[in-house]
Amino acid sequence: MTQTNRIDAGGRVDRAQTLEFTFNGQRYQGLKGDTLASALLANGVDIVNRSFKYSRARGIVAAGAEEPNAVVQLGAREETQVPNVRATQQALYKGLVARSTNGWPNVQRDVMSWVGKLGGGFMPPGFYYKTFMAPASMWMTYEKYIRKGAGLGRAPHESDPDIYDHMHHHCDVMVIGAGPAGLAAALSAARAGARVILCDEQEEMGGSLLDTRETLDGVAAARWVEATVKELSGLENVTLLPRTTANGYHDHNFVTLHERRTEHLADTASEAGFAGESRARLHRVRAGQVILASGTHERPLVYANNDLPGNMLAGAVSTYIRRYAVVPGKKLVLSTSNDHAYRAALDWKEAGREIVAIVDARANPDGDLVRQARDSGIRVITGSSVVEARGGQRVTGARVCAIDLERFVVTGKTEELECDTIASSGGYSPVVHLSSHTGTRPQWNEELLGFVPGEVKGMISAGGVAGHYGLDKTLADGERAGREAAQKSGFSEAQITLPATRARRDGPACALYQVPHEKTALRAPKQFVDLQNDVTAAGIELATREGFESIEHVKRYTALGFGTDQGKLGNINGMAIAARCLDRSIPEVGTTVFRPNYTPVTFGAIVGRHCGELFDPKRYTALHQWHVENGAEFEDVGQWKRPWYFPRTVNGKKETMHEAVARECLAVREKVGILDASTLGKIDIQGPDAREFMGRVYTNKWAQLAPGRVRYGLMCKDDGMLMDDGTTSCLADNHFLMTTTTGGAAGVLEWLELWHQTEWPELQVYFNSVTDHWATMTVTGPDARKLLSELTDLDLDKESFKFMDWRDAVVADVPARIFRISFTGELAFEINVQANYALHVWKKLFEHGEKHDLTPYGTETMHVLRAEKGLIIVGQDTDGSVTPEDLGMQWAIGYDKPFPWIGKRALSRPDTVRGDRKQFVGLKPKDPSVVLEEGAQIVFDKEQAIPMAMKGHVTSSYYSPSLGHGFALAVVVEGRDRMGQTVYLPMPDGTVHEAEITSPVFIDPKGERQNV
Amino acid sequence: MSNASAREFNTVPAGNPGVESPLAWSYRQQKVSSPASAGVVLREKALLGHMVLRGGAIVLDEAVRQVLGMSLPAKPNTITRDEAGERSIQWISPDEWLVIVPGGEEFDLEHRLRESLGDAHFSIVNVSGGQTVLMLAGDHAREVLMKTVSFDVHPSAFPVGKGVTTIFAKATVVLRRASETEWELVIRRSFADYCYRWLLDAASEYGVDSQ
Amino acid sequence: MFYIHCPYCQEYREEEEFHPRGQGHLMRPADPDNATDEEWGDYLFFRDNPRGIHHELWVHSVGCRKFFNITRNTVTYEILETYPMGEQPTITAESEKLRKEQGVQTADGGWQTIGAQPDSRALNEEISS
Repeated sequence: MTQTNRIDAGGRVDRAQTLEFTFNGQRYQGLKGDTLASALLANGVDIVNRSFKYSRARGIVAAGAEEPNAVVQLGAREETQVPNVRATQQALYKGLVARSTNGWPNVQRDVMSWVGKLGGGFMPPGFYYKTFMAPASMWMTYEKYIRKGAGLGRAPHESDPDIYDHMHHHCDVMVIGAGPAGLAAALSAARAGARVILCDEQEEMGGSLLDTRETLDGVAAARWVEATVKELSGLENVTLLPRTTANGYHDHNFVTLHERRTEHLADTASEAGFAGESRARLHRVRAGQVILASGTHERPLVYANNDLPGNMLAGAVSTYIRRYAVVPGKKLVLSTSNDHAYRAALDWKEAGREIVAIVDARANPDGDLVRQARDSGIRVITGSSVVEARGGQRVTGARVCAIDLERFVVTGKTEELECDTIASSGGYSPVVHLSSHTGTRPQWNEELLGFVPGEVKGMISAGGVAGHYGLDKTLADGERAGREAAQKSGFSEAQITLPATRARRDGPACALYQVPHEKTALRAPKQFVDLQNDVTAAGIELATREGFESIEHVKRYTALGFGTDQGKLGNINGMAIAARCLDRSIPEVGTTVFRPNYTPVTFGAIVGRHCGELFDPKRYTALHQWHVENGAEFEDVGQWKRPWYFPRTVNGKKETMHEAVARECLAVREKVGILDASTLGKIDIQGPDAREFMGRVYTNKWAQLAPGRVRYGLMCKDDGMLMDDGTTSCLADNHFLMTTTTGGAAGVLEWLELWHQTEWPELQVYFNSVTDHWATMTVTGPDARKLLSELTDLDLDKESFKFMDWRDAVVADVPARIFRISFTGELAFEINVQANYALHVWKKLFEHGEKHDLTPYGTETMHVLRAEKGLIIVGQDTDGSVTPEDLGMQWAIGYDKPFPWIGKRALSRPDTVRGDRKQFVGLKPKDPSVVLEEGAQIVFDKEQAIPMAMKGHVTSSYYSPSLGHGFALAVVVEGRDRMGQTVYLPMPDGTVHEAEITSPVFIDPKGERQNV
Repeated sequence: MSNASAREFNTVPAGNPGVESPLAWSYRQQKVSSPASAGVVLREKALLGHMVLRGGAIVLDEAVRQVLGMSLPAKPNTITRDEAGERSIQWISPDEWLVIVPGGEEFDLEHRLRESLGDAHFSIVNVSGGQTVLMLAGDHAREVLMKTVSFDVHPSAFPVGKGVTTIFAKATVVLRRASETEWELVIRRSFADYCYRWLLDAASEYGVDSQ
Repeated sequence: MFYIHCPYCQEYREEEEFHPRGQGHLMRPADPDNATDEEWGDYLFFRDNPRGIHHELWVHSVGCRKFFNITRNTVTYEILETYPMGEQPTITAESEKLRKEQGVQTADGGWQTIGAQPDSRALNEEISS
């Protein structure tokens, strides 16, 4: 197929480089420098998609980010699929493969279009809500088909072969948009010495200067662009980011930029010759000043059948001709409300194609461009507009009527013009999207007939977006913005000379947001406002009639400005139509909020490097390598990787978790086991008031704890609920070492600082984390002393080194601090050494441990052993609604301590003293083979009808190899008064377990074993 | 006896038992590379003495001048170093400083500081086993940092002699500009492998010399 | 993403270095044992949620680990000032109301802490000089 619409001269395409590509399975050729859209137009492809709701044939309308129809699915292979790519923004590359997002089996013959054909009154706004909501239970079923029919692009089913990354930036001046205003601003700020970032979403910087008819300094404007970009790229203080869209503008001048690094070259970075580099990069910019130079979007006119392929924006027609050397048709009718659009007709004529007429809604247009058009012999029909496009798969004609804008009616005679393209322009809307992201409402400017950005602290809008139309004004305003921004950043102003422009006189535009039709909007052929979301003028009118008066409600009812489009073409027209129907002014109706992202950002770019192995930090202890080498299975505890259990291979068969845990449990109860407990939080506390502070944050007493001793403590919040527990050792009078739960370490340290800094700054005490400094090895079991005595000279005798004592020692030639504390109920020594020496000591313990059958155990065994002793895990047996009294730990509450410690007062609140609180108990299943489910609900009356009264739940449950049966810990209403009673645990499958309420201590209730 | 109310404890063995830096495991896992034209150089400054000093700036300044012959940096986010560049003191917070000295000096230093500080209210905490220093250099070192930390690492915002505690990807770091060409990253032991992997990954496009 | 001036580090840092800790200037009743249930309940559970000027407690958790207060506009998210523990805000809902009534414009220096400037450049000059 030949490029029938390509013209022989002009444009910024390279005719020497032909690129093959595939669209909807058909092969085409384009040129280097094309976008996918310009290449499709060059090849005369009219239909690029089917519409979202009515499945109508749609063609390319725009040439930039505002394109509503040509939204395609990109990618040659399953793993390189990218949905929602605008063909107007996608550079053409060799081998590019794209498909229409909608349309089945293809866009030419679409089976869904019957829905649209039945159209008219059948699918009003709210159609889905109204039709498919009854019965409500069926919505899930309907939704699947509706979504499939609608088609919003699809995610790939295979992993992306590319990588993505992020980069953080700080700058004095962030310039968004490299059109005339942005370039002038960047140059001015950069010459002043400011750190400048200039980004532009297009393949080339220059914006409108790349296709303007105007000259700068008497030569093509693109020359000035080249010189300016060259100067900027040579400056050390400037970062140029082409192909980079500013997608989000967030609090305090934080801007996110989406840079497409290889997407314009090939399907993947490696195919583009950039193996190992990121395909796209998200830049996170903190800017001193933001210069918003995002320009304007042209508004299409809203007339009947304005969505037929062949209806285009006037500016887009110019862009395709001048920048891409593509004339998207043969016979043009231009319908406009302003002078600027006339250039489309002039460009069309100069490209050698037929211009049928210019239809101008104004009675007496007389600007320079109007004269130029008339002088060149183009027929200009005034006081009229195209009211309806004719055609099936493409425009074949335009019906033109004289219109009366005051009365919103057509007047006089109609004329049918034969044409294949209708270019329209209803004026220009400043691209206020980014400024709106900050929460600022745009301001209506009656003179411009558009919204300009509202005030954002640290933002200067420049050029077209600020309402400065005309090249001379745009350049000057850009220069001003750059100068101001540099000054605000503390730089003195720099001299820049702006290029000379030729003054052009534009006549005033008229307001035309909807073209009247002979029939009412509801009866006339569809007049589309939002092409991407299939919102019509009739739909908006109906919404206002049904009582939706707030523009935000109209938006949600009709879908105006939804989705990836974010109202780029349709919002202003839609609001104006709503205003007309509601008989209000546009500023009274206001705008909806444009939200990030401005155009779609791939998940890859959002995720960056935070995926796979680097998704989240994995924290390792100093002994990790040994665990790996010894076959440990690991459990995630927060970010820590902790050994879960150590399965052995017996007779060629690897133990199950159940078998391994049973063996590990018995080893500790009968011989000796060892646990890597390094992950426990450890906080060093020093200062003369350290002891007083401990007394205030723990529930129990610390006044008498002597150096050399250890105590278990409970920490509550001021609401009396348990938040953490652990042991704290008195190292010296003014020096303590606190341990916290593994997960609570950072939170507890912050908690201590909170109270010290905000409530009791007079207390002299310092807290520092030493969690990573120490490695902790727990040697526990009846033979623990025998083993340890082989490695240390310390007197381990039970009289000189008592339970809850600590001692400094040397273990395996390494200085160690040993704590005689126990989380298993057995004799236990927790050996702490500086982490760099931990592996040495651990290995020495195993060298000597072999003859004692030293068994490494993991967190699962630790849990079983502690639960057999009724020892709680904060966060498992408690959930932020459990007091120490609920746990039966009155022994750890210092009711008579002098200072009102944290949590004390709350223990006498009516809610904490009520009689029916849940209390911590043990559960013994009646069937010894049953291990209850953690989280299972407890009821007292198993015959009760659903909803049953839930009286508690299981918090921990395991099989105990020592007891030979399952057992559980639970919280039960008034549990301590119900010892020996039977409770029931109904399961989802209908079975009901029975269990007896017992003491939570299942083994060694007197605690003799740990004291041996 | 200095400050009898706190407990000193020398964690460094007298003999020569096996010792492993926080990155030992990572070095065994990751292939070491040393391409001819590396844009990024990564080295561990292993097994140094790390101490956290807490207290009032005036008393601590007097003590470190006496014991280390260096002054305490009073200005936020700055570092002072001795002439050899082997010992440094970094401002961490208005009452907290990080002291890094050659490995093995830390216990003696703590002892002498405690003696010098006497009855003042202060705290000295040895954290040598809990963190390590990674040196980052090379033509693309700054770009690697820009991919990693949100703090501004441009020379105008991060001159030599500055140091900050900040976020490192999803972990934390004490980031220091040691010289015109070198950055120091003080990272926590348990996060060391994550940080190291991250740096290798972020730097891979520039070529990494990890020795 | 806020950009917050830490009054202790004396420079701007990204929000990710901080944790918000709720309403600022909360007072724990001085004599908890004799506080009524209602007083204690108010202290535990009830917080202000103003539209406009609000004072919040934040902590520079990945940084100097210090707590401080922020005066923030909950509508615009603008941070009007940050100040260390123990100090009182200079901008309050009342003071803003007064300013408006007197027709005084709020200063637009852009720096959250009074007298604070981006000292990175100054620091650079100081060290290189």
